[in-house]
Amino acid sequence: MSKIDPEVVADELAEHDQVATPDTSRQVGAARLRKEDAQLVTGQATWTDNLVFPGMLHMAVLRSPMAHARIASIDVSAALQVSGVMAAFSGADLAAELGSLPCAWPVTEDMVSPQHPPLATEEVRYVGDGVAVVVARDRYSAADALEAIAVEYEPLPAVVDMETALTDNELVHADKGTNTCFVWPFSNGDVDAAFSGAEVVVERRFIQQRLLPTAIEPRAVVVAPIAAADEYTVYSSTQIPHILKLMLALTTGLPEHKLRVIAPDVGGGFGSKLNVYAEEVIALIVAKRLGRPIKWTESRSEGYQATIHGRDQIQDITVAADRDGRLRGLKVDLKADMGAYLQLVTPGIPLLGAFMYPAIYKMDAYDFRCTGVFTTKTPTDAYRGAGRPEATFAIERIMDELAVELGMEPLELRRRNWITAAEFPYDTIAGLTYDSGNYEAATDKALELFGYDELRAEQTRRRESGDRAQLGIGISTFTEMCGLAPSRVLGSLSYAAGGWEAATVRVLPTGKIEVVTGTSPHGQGHVTAWSQIAADALGVAFEDVEVLHGDTQVAPMGMDTYGSRSLVVGGVAVQMAAGKVIDKAKRVAAHLLEAAEGDIEFLDGAFSVRGSPEASKTLGEVALAVFAAHDLPDDMEPDLTGSTVFDPENFSFPHGTHLCAVEVDTETGMVDIRSYVCVDDVGKVVNPMIVEGQVHGGLAQGIAQALYEEAIYDSEGNLVTGTLVDYLVPGAPDIPAFVTDRTETPATSNALGVKGVGEAGTIASTPAVVNAVVDALRHLGVSDVRMPCSPERVWRAIHAGDGQAAPAAVPSADHETLRQSDSAGGGQ
Amino acid sequence: MPRIQVKVDGIAYDDEVESRLLLVHYLRERLGLTGTNVGCDTSNCGACTVMMDGHSVKSCTVLAAQVDGSDITTIQGLAREWAAAQRTPEGGPSDEWAAAQRTPGGGPSDEWAAAQPTPGDGSSDDGDWHPLQRAFHTEHGLQCGYCTPGMIMASVDLLAENPNPSDEEIRHGLEGNLCRCTGYQNIVRAVRKAAETMAGDGTGSQQEVAR
Amino acid sequence: MIPATFDYLRVDSPEAAVAALVEHGDEAKILAGGHSLLPLMRLRLAYPEVLIDVSRVDAMRGVSDEGDTLLIGACTTHHDVAHDPLVRAHCGILSQATATVGDPQVRHRGTIGGALAHADAAGDLPTIVLALDGQLVAQGPNGSRNIAAADFFVDYLQTVLEPDEVLTAVRVPKLATDGGRRSGWGYHYEKFNRVAQAWAIVASCALVRRDNDTIGEARVALTNMGTTPVRATATESALAGAAAAAVADAAALAADGTDPPADLNAKPDYRRHLAQVLTRRALERALGT
Repeated sequence: MSKIDPEVVADELAEHDQVATPDTSRQVGAARLRKEDAQLVTGQATWTDNLVFPGMLHMAVLRSPMAHARIASIDVSAALQVSGVMAAFSGADLAAELGSLPCAWPVTEDMVSPQHPPLATEEVRYVGDGVAVVVARDRYSAADALEAIAVEYEPLPAVVDMETALTDNELVHADKGTNTCFVWPFSNGDVDAAFSGAEVVVERRFIQQRLLPTAIEPRAVVVAPIAAADEYTVYSSTQIPHILKLMLALTTGLPEHKLRVIAPDVGGGFGSKLNVYAEEVIALIVAKRLGRPIKWTESRSEGYQATIHGRDQIQDITVAADRDGRLRGLKVDLKADMGAYLQLVTPGIPLLGAFMYPAIYKMDAYDFRCTGVFTTKTPTDAYRGAGRPEATFAIERIMDELAVELGMEPLELRRRNWITAAEFPYDTIAGLTYDSGNYEAATDKALELFGYDELRAEQTRRRESGDRAQLGIGISTFTEMCGLAPSRVLGSLSYAAGGWEAATVRVLPTGKIEVVTGTSPHGQGHVTAWSQIAADALGVAFEDVEVLHGDTQVAPMGMDTYGSRSLVVGGVAVQMAAGKVIDKAKRVAAHLLEAAEGDIEFLDGAFSVRGSPEASKTLGEVALAVFAAHDLPDDMEPDLTGSTVFDPENFSFPHGTHLCAVEVDTETGMVDIRSYVCVDDVGKVVNPMIVEGQVHGGLAQGIAQALYEEAIYDSEGNLVTGTLVDYLVPGAPDIPAFVTDRTETPATSNALGVKGVGEAGTIASTPAVVNAVVDALRHLGVSDVRMPCSPERVWRAIHAGDGQAAPAAVPSADHETLRQSDSAGGGQ
Repeated sequence: MPRIQVKVDGIAYDDEVESRLLLVHYLRERLGLTGTNVGCDTSNCGACTVMMDGHSVKSCTVLAAQVDGSDITTIQGLAREWAAAQRTPEGGPSDEWAAAQRTPGGGPSDEWAAAQPTPGDGSSDDGDWHPLQRAFHTEHGLQCGYCTPGMIMASVDLLAENPNPSDEEIRHGLEGNLCRCTGYQNIVRAVRKAAETMAGDGTGSQQEVAR
Repeated sequence: MIPATFDYLRVDSPEAAVAALVEHGDEAKILAGGHSLLPLMRLRLAYPEVLIDVSRVDAMRGVSDEGDTLLIGACTTHHDVAHDPLVRAHCGILSQATATVGDPQVRHRGTIGGALAHADAAGDLPTIVLALDGQLVAQGPNGSRNIAAADFFVDYLQTVLEPDEVLTAVRVPKLATDGGRRSGWGYHYEKFNRVAQAWAIVASCALVRRDNDTIGEARVALTNMGTTPVRATATESALAGAAAAAVADAAALAADGTDPPADLNAKPDYRRHLAQVLTRRALERALGT
């Protein structure tokens, strides 16, 4: 349904027809094809659900069909009579060993932190909350056995709408006495003066709808015990094997050194696998109890209830400016839906955005306040961008609203306020220091690729002739904070862990290289990119580097992959570790070549004496000499390995300019993206092919939020968009072709000059699309369309079109629609 | 219990199956062919796509009991079939291969079956990869790789029906397959590239395969 | 994800299917392509105890030319219907609409009979067959009967098929299109859905027979405007004998008499509006204007 401009696409593609040949001397910066691909395109990957162990049993979870209820009784005995069933446990049966699922971010001292049993014992608090498990010889028997379990529920009131929840009339956690999880304020500058003195004040409310991350691989876990040794290997479709290992030990009390966690091939995460889940803990405890390997795999509709959701915020934004457009101040009042419980990072997600509302703009004052709210819904947590897409959306939308208020061109308004290239490094009003950037360069390039002036002219023509299809142009100029994170900053925010990353580079006696990384890739191509980094640093062939990851026994130290951190922290760590190897090898080479260390040069993988090029040792020869240890410097251990644990000194701040042109069919409300252009600056680039791929994928998810996806709960707390039939993940015909380009302003906070890219596309694209939709309809009196901009919503906005500046408070569930849909017999 | 005789990736099987056993589970758990994935439970995502009697199908929405007498190709058999089809003496590769897939009743001809390499001869190296596998690799049409087997098998069918598709036809031809990582752009490029190669227009140059 | 247990029978004739239905009664369901039934069973929204697989019954597959009509076996897949030369030549609307059902993989397994017997008002084929005034051929223990499409669909997921009847074929009229702009049928199926895989929010099927400069006859049927497919009879009446310019006003009547459902994608007023807009567009395309 999206139109593709073949000429634009052809130009873009022509640039990419060159593929690096095997003998490229410099790897970093080259579009090396991926080492990861061979097993993936031949069906030889090892997904967690592929794993089979002798005696393995299948676990299935019985989940509450009610959003809020007391468990009056639960009887699993009938399940044991089902053929093939080996065991069945209620929450109470396992409670002593299961513990409470951890939240690693107590954002305030008085944050309300409810107990979170992996299986409910007394009360269920969201549809999908687990109450019992069965264990059977095969997954089919396990599914049957669930139906045999008898549970009596005493209904309690569902709490679905955030603003209603905040009245505390009905409590999610009665023992806590409130539905308010926390209130987190931040303020800088004289906010009152900025607003009272401002000539223009614009206030808006935006709704960040709830999303279902939908990694195509459903979550799965297999626990393989060595019962007699009380050792457990946990295979999990996770982004965080290291954090998971620690958390499993802390949650269950099992000794940390007896746990091994392996992330095999993982089919996407997008933040939804950055967590410690009930099923991982339960499978571990059941494996311990039964002494047998245990497998659990979610079905998609199960996962939609049981895997964390993204976003879900009510944003009240106020901006104060002068008539000439200069921003004075920004106020943000956020309500963030936690769901029923706090998963690993739940309360911190909206706060990750707290520092990004001022975005790329200068201003005198900033005030932020976030209220976390409990509801009887699936817990929320990180989803691609995690707090920053929400922030970018709010500021980029209100900039367009302010531009209209001022009668100013929206791009001009941005130019007047953004940090200019000469002003970096820049300390923002939110307390961050942006190291580098060049918003002018990215914007100029984007405008040219987009054909901005021509599109504006076409827009005018269509408005004048009252065309059925109206054209809109949406702008999103963004930066984001990623490369999580300086550990000290995390500590100051009360996050429980640090943000360092570990790397070990090992030269084997035959000269081959092993790179051990603490990152945990699930599609991002770290094996390829780290090979490129190591190959350049060590002067070896790309093919001679093997990258090891994802297994706590092989890569014992790491802080895993999320928050666009892996290249910035992990890739840099690889570079640093390789540097240590070279330093050590230099010493050995000097010793072997009987030269002073200062006279040794390292070039193209070989150490030679300055002035005597014929006297040289390759890295491999040095490695073999170290291995044999026949003749090493006296104080040197026979080990050619370099290890680094790198703690970054700052976040990284990629930025970009995104331009979106949409055609809106004013008769039906259908939105079609006609053109999408983005120029992103992610600093120096290790692999442009991987970077571009990350941007593409991010754009698709951001566009999906703008136009298609919404997790909808009815007034009873049922997730009515419970399958892919109703939750609209876009397919190939629904996503346009993109034109992507880059500028390159190196980061100054790390030696590689790199910035993160994984989330940038998602962060930037949602406001670009929605701004375009509103822009298309502005002349019809439309000033906002709530996301997703479905045809019906667009159509209603056109017909409401009374130019209302600030939509009235909107509940987080559209109750009226859903009451009717309850009676429609299931609809589609 | 229903009994089925089915050929999968060139090997004939004779099995008794539970009536409700889904084809995808038969492949993954009974036959150990884990290359075909499960991504949803409502027949939307397409990760489970295989070729059955010459057509792409979602193996999660087919009962194993329904495939008696059928000929199935999964991602794991694709390269082997392509390589064998290249070796057949008469006819162009895509014609011969397509013809072999569409034998009425699903079984390949005896000659074609005899031309198959012996099973268990190990993974094909890149020289034997199907052009789609190679193109997905060279055009970066995959990231996590979970949707990829289904996406490639759907593309096999797409190109068999329409050997020279436009970008729009490629996107519509893949409407039954969801990807969350790539944003589809490079997938479209990969299919177009493979189409060129299979039509004999492309040089089919030896792109590197990183290992 | 996993269906409840059931017994599986494969039959090779309609008579055997009927006999099995008679034997097992309410506990049995016919299985063809399985793409309406299996998804329900996997979510355990349906749990028949016996499945009778008719997908290989040769007598129920294929398209034959009956002179003024085409007879399409109920177990003909959507792919085969859409590509069939007879259907393309003589009943193009069916070919066009069938090509929009689901996705390619679904079309390789799903069948016309399965879709019609499933009778989802949000599905495309019930609408087309209703617009065509087609016939559904059902076989039961007492023999075969022809059921007019207008009588076939009773309610959401309900038809007049008896528990001991199996749908064996669909009969559709040939629509002569060869008169060009002066006579013959024009047709178009205008489908409106949010993403490619989604069901139609609303769709309009327009068949228009030109009679020199006027419209001799118009048939308009709507998808997802009620619990069954519906004919836009007010629009049809307004177009009989009218000039092409009457399309806009006639289309404005498309939702008359309908009771469209509310669901996640649309409230009834929006559906009514879409019915009008899509009908106008379908008619314009059908007329070639």
